Amino acid sequence: MQLAFSADQQVLAEAFGQFFSRESPTSVVRRAEPLGFDAPLWSALGAMEVWGSDATLSDLCVIGETAGHALAPVPFAEHVVVSRLLAWPALLSADSVGTISPRTANAQGIWSIVPAGAIADIVVGLDGDEFVAATSPAPFAGPANHACAPLADRDSRTGERSVIGNRHDFERAMSELKVIAASMLVGVAALALEMGVEYVQQRHQFGVPIGSFQTVQHGLADLPGRIDGARLLTHQAAQALDLGRVGHNVVANNEITDPHSLASMALLFASDIAADATARSLHFHGGYGFSDEYDIQLAYRRARGWALVLGDPTAERLALANRLWPSAVRP
Amino acid sequence: MDFELAPQVVRYRERVREIIAAHHTPEAVQHQHASGTFNNPALNRALAAEGLVERAVPGLGAGDPIELWVLFNEMEKAGAPLDALAMAVMIAGVVQHVGTAEQKAAVIPAVTAGDALICLGYSEADAGSDLSSLTTRATRAGDQWVINGAKMWTTMAHEARWVILLARTDASLPRHRGLTMFLLPMDTPGVRVDPVHTMATERTNATFYDDVRVGDDCVLGEVNGGWQVMSVALSFERGVMGGTNPGVALLRHSAQWAHDSGRINEPAVREKLARVAIDNHVAALLTQRSAWIAASGGMPGLEGSMTKLFASEAYQQASRWFQEMAGAEGLLQLLQPGAAADGWIEYDARHSPVTTIYGGTSEIIRNNIAERHLGLPRMRR
Repeated sequence: MQLAFSADQQVLAEAFGQFFSRESPTSVVRRAEPLGFDAPLWSALGAMEVWGSDATLSDLCVIGETAGHALAPVPFAEHVVVSRLLAWPALLSADSVGTISPRTANAQGIWSIVPAGAIADIVVGLDGDEFVAATSPAPFAGPANHACAPLADRDSRTGERSVIGNRHDFERAMSELKVIAASMLVGVAALALEMGVEYVQQRHQFGVPIGSFQTVQHGLADLPGRIDGARLLTHQAAQALDLGRVGHNVVANNEITDPHSLASMALLFASDIAADATARSLHFHGGYGFSDEYDIQLAYRRARGWALVLGDPTAERLALANRLWPSAVRP
Repeated sequence: MDFELAPQVVRYRERVREIIAAHHTPEAVQHQHASGTFNNPALNRALAAEGLVERAVPGLGAGDPIELWVLFNEMEKAGAPLDALAMAVMIAGVVQHVGTAEQKAAVIPAVTAGDALICLGYSEADAGSDLSSLTTRATRAGDQWVINGAKMWTTMAHEARWVILLARTDASLPRHRGLTMFLLPMDTPGVRVDPVHTMATERTNATFYDDVRVGDDCVLGEVNGGWQVMSVALSFERGVMGGTNPGVALLRHSAQWAHDSGRINEPAVREKLARVAIDNHVAALLTQRSAWIAASGGMPGLEGSMTKLFASEAYQQASRWFQEMAGAEGLLQLLQPGAAADGWIEYDARHSPVTTIYGGTSEIIRNNIAERHLGLPRMRR
């Protein structure tokens, strides 16, 4: 048992924490809007040799948290998942960008509102029961959206198309995406808390820092335990996927070891705390928090955008319920 | 990170589960609710008989702190009464740490045999969260101490063999420095126990101390060092001795209600079940983290309170969700025909309010996190 980062993971966290704070300050995040992709940052990240390394999913979650903490405008989670899945040289060299569509293609073969769909040339996803990879040029354009994320609709039936697996393989890839996304949302939540704590100590009203008011303190004090919980759950899910065990759920005794259940729980809990932490922190910034000029709004919008593009949390909770109480699934 | 338990911990857990299953019977539960005394002596003794209690004593047992966490987490998940045993085990650890040879010889074997309980004489009618304002006094009279005062919320005092009593011994010193901890046999003349009945059936007590005369042998730790003794007790508790997973029994009852009532297929019900499952799982991970920090030589005081804050608030919210979903059947109590989950939905709704109060209110915990973890300025009072 080791419920903190291992020594190696601490090194990773430090190295990538430094990398992203150097290469992805909020000026870079802003520069990348509205598309939500920064090519120089992407190249620099490629030089860090993440893709194609033998890093475990747990290690990638350590890195993912640092990317989230920097609100990095790169498709970290999506590209990690597709690189691990296909291991194509163009993905490992980052000459190509990979992504996965959480939604099944519609009757016309269109994947709608694909995360990183605006910038990826390799898109994987379900078309019917087939898990396919479709390669076609990235549009580098997409609908204006809440998070300034590179979203776009993509066609699963144009360009080079290959079948890479079945629905089961897709579920596995989606679980990996959920876990990495959860780690990034933990980073967003931690960033929001830091921003809030810093601001309420600087901002004076009634002659004292607003951070000395109990209502403000209590609004922030709820957060660190939940952020820690989200990080633990994310890493437990990552370890479960890394170990590749089937797992089992005995909910009555609070034992959940099925990796897919854990991945779903990690995404839901991390999304929730990221949404909450950014909302509270923005609120404690007062009117300035609502202004474009302050950075907390960048975190607020990504907390929602990065989570909701993977799906509606209510639907995710219902899918989780089907895993936890399978005998009661509606016929 | 690595979440896997060592094989001997898994074996310990399995044995604890078997013993709980054998002794935490419907009859025992019914007796607890009828008597208001939430303790299961047969269960405590059965755990003790195999040395499982001794292994867990903080600072003494070979299994502390991982098995300490496992023991109380398993009891809590099963819905078995644990506070009485937890207090005794915690104080046995304190006695081991600061007690005299005589105190150790008296207390530790009695607790590790699963026989003796010890209650906590901290709070008073007018000193709750602001504990250091307490007014119970112990004054010197020759080679004796004369104790006068009253304590509130001395749960299990009517069954306990000892009380650890925090009393003011030097009013001239700053508030928390003039306090001394006494380890007092409950049958000492001058000690009186009055029941205080609670909304959740569980009985607690007010205890009164009128000219209670004891010798120095009843001082636990240093004279005027009572606050430090209490800190030792808190440091042993570490948020791993129960109170962080009350939602597990609630979820079991709620899922039972959902199945029995046929509501299990309703999306609104399933969504809430899933939410509570996630919160319970996170609370368990945070508790495990506290145990791990303690096992690694750290002091997870703040982490333990964060866990208690999260778990108790989530439990309270969940108990309301399920009572509302159960509707009128959620009002019916244990043993009443037609009661949702045999009355457990109602019981949880009635029990949950206390969990954000005892063991440190949510407000005091938030103050501590804000000042000591987030580094915010001392609050404006």
